[in-house]
Amino acid sequence: MITAERKPLEELIEFIRPYKRILLLGCNECVTVCAAGGRKEVGLLASGLQMALLKSGSNIEIRQHTLERQCDPEYVEELVPMLDGAEAIMSMACGCGVQQLAGRFRDKPVFPAVNTKFMGASERQGVWAERCQGCGNCLLGVTGGICPIARCAKQLMNGPCGGSTGGHCEISDDVDCVWQLIWDRLKALGQTERYLDIMPAKDWRPAGGSGPRKIIREDLAE
Amino acid sequence: MEKFEPVIVAFCCHYCAYTAADMAGSQRLPYPANVKIIRVPCSGKVDALHIIKAFEKGADGVYVAGCLEGDCHFKNGNERAARRIAYVKNYLEEIGIESERLEMVMISAGMGQRFAQTATEITEKIRALGPSPIRTATAL
Ligand code: SF4
Ligand code: SF4
Repeated sequence: MITAERKPLEELIEFIRPYKRILLLGCNECVTVCAAGGRKEVGLLASGLQMALLKSGSNIEIRQHTLERQCDPEYVEELVPMLDGAEAIMSMACGCGVQQLAGRFRDKPVFPAVNTKFMGASERQGVWAERCQGCGNCLLGVTGGICPIARCAKQLMNGPCGGSTGGHCEISDDVDCVWQLIWDRLKALGQTERYLDIMPAKDWRPAGGSGPRKIIREDLAE
Repeated sequence: MEKFEPVIVAFCCHYCAYTAADMAGSQRLPYPANVKIIRVPCSGKVDALHIIKAFEKGADGVYVAGCLEGDCHFKNGNERAARRIAYVKNYLEEIGIESERLEMVMISAGMGQRFAQTATEITEKIRALGPSPIRTATAL
């Protein structure tokens, strides 16, 4: 999923201070799962903003709504009747959702309420960790299902580096050395010979190195 | 200014704190009428949203009362509640509401005396803090 964290209230207040009526929008997908921008967080933020502004003597009307998905035009269309009178939109979706709104409603200022962090997985309740950087040419098939792009601080293709100590990455004892994890896993799979293959330097063009990426499925595209 | 009477919302878990409130009643132990009790199945059921909404609607103080440590009828609902309270306290500070206005307390079913005493202490603490800034701002 795409993970996110709410921005500090202070920053959000500055965004909306000039307005009297805003629409605060959540998204039912990733940001709901990582407890950053779902229906509940929309409620919490609306109350928080309302109270903080009330304290400084201003009153604002905050309408709340949560879309099934903010990154899909058909759901975004639902908002048309709701935007009447709203001077600005604040979105709790990831950056994709925010941009979808900005593209659709060109005359309304749109503000992000969260900082979009990374593509990650849940390690346990309340803990999410980075797992993939969308490099466009997945290596997991040869690295024992463990990603050296997203999880090695140096993105080494043939690790580990000399800093790997006792299973930890040299950047911090709290970070596993992903190359240690890869080696342990290859051993468990009986595939240690894989480790001897030198991986060539990675072509970063599919990873975004040659500009913004797009997928076009001819059979689906209209 | 007329005398300030704080409004305090107490979320009490059914199995311990609420039973303790009952116990306080049957023992004829007085506690301040400022405390408005809301019974919940478990303190872990109390959501950040319930607490924030209570403040938004004018509460001067809120507390969540669960079972003693290790005694939760739903295993660890009270520990979860305690962590959630710590989280909401930070959010209150961000909003500009003193975090002392929110507390987590643990009371077992037999502790009628402790229930009454806690209710009195929290009421006095909130009385000393004065009306919540939200209540003050809404009254303007
Ligand atoms: S190798 Fe690339 S696509 Fe595969 S998990 Fe790592 S970053 Fe993602
Ligand atoms: S210690 Fe391991 S994870 Fe850290 S930079 Fe070196 S190879 Fe990468």
